[in-house]
Amino acid sequence: MIGLTDYLVLGAILFSISVAGIFINRKNLIVLLMCIELMLLAVNINFIAFSHFRTDLAGQVFVFFILTVAAAEAAIGLAILVVLFRNRRSINVLDVDELKG
Amino acid sequence: MITFNQFVFYLFSAIMVISALRMITVRNPVHAVLHLVLTFFTAAVLWVQLGAEFLGIVLVLVYVGAVMVLFVFVVMMLDINIARMREGFVRFLPVGLVVALIMLGEMLVVLTGRVFRLAPPPMPPAGYSNTEALAGVLYTGYVYPFEIAAFVLLVAIIAAIALTLRRRPGTLHQDPAEQIRVRARDRLRIVKMDAEKRS
Repeated sequence: MIGLTDYLVLGAILFSISVAGIFINRKNLIVLLMCIELMLLAVNINFIAFSHFRTDLAGQVFVFFILTVAAAEAAIGLAILVVLFRNRRSINVLDVDELKG
Repeated sequence: MITFNQFVFYLFSAIMVISALRMITVRNPVHAVLHLVLTFFTAAVLWVQLGAEFLGIVLVLVYVGAVMVLFVFVVMMLDINIARMREGFVRFLPVGLVVALIMLGEMLVVLTGRVFRLAPPPMPPAGYSNTEALAGVLYTGYVYPFEIAAFVLLVAIIAAIALTLRRRPGTLHQDPAEQIRVRARDRLRIVKMDAEKRS
């Protein structure tokens, strides 16, 4: 049978892929946002796997809330992105340096 | 001999990992979004296989149906210079791979331990509904977090509208209140003047 470990390893692989994605796509803001979505998905897979194997519904409730917050985050992030593009005509991370951080 | 469940799990896991890898390496952002959609859809299948039918369907409806369409919208609306975006792709590839592999190794060391070898749970009884069970928990014990989640969504709506709203000074538009408030004497001036003599 498929064990809990298999699902956890799948979540770990997806999480590592999205970390690598953040490193190699560090110029493109929109792909960075998508990598964050992928990270949340990896975490959600872990939650659901634990919920299934422990027969505890709390994990699924938590995934429900994560989905809500992730949707809000995506909406606001994309709104900021659109405003940024309107002002600078670019979404390159290198062009966003007014704060001189 | 692998069972049907194992076959489905390994097949969809492979699709998921490959599409996630394609997402982070593909050149065109639109293709990246489409690969992310495939990843989410495959995840929904795995969730349904784990007995989380409600969340699997929510993932397809809300994530694939709404959030990803929003991403596609924004990607297509913005005119992105792809060539400039790809600068540094090769330069950061080794460090990204090293960090990701180290993280993956660390997680594998922990996750393959004996603590996580749980026995598969018994099958739920006939007539068990995941949606009903989740609702029973969500609307009783988690009702305040649920309301806070609703408030978070409201704040997100207001923030997204307030951020992208802009008033341009030069545009022509009607102001109904101004139109109703207008009086005839503001617009029309009646001038009295003597008629000219006929010569």
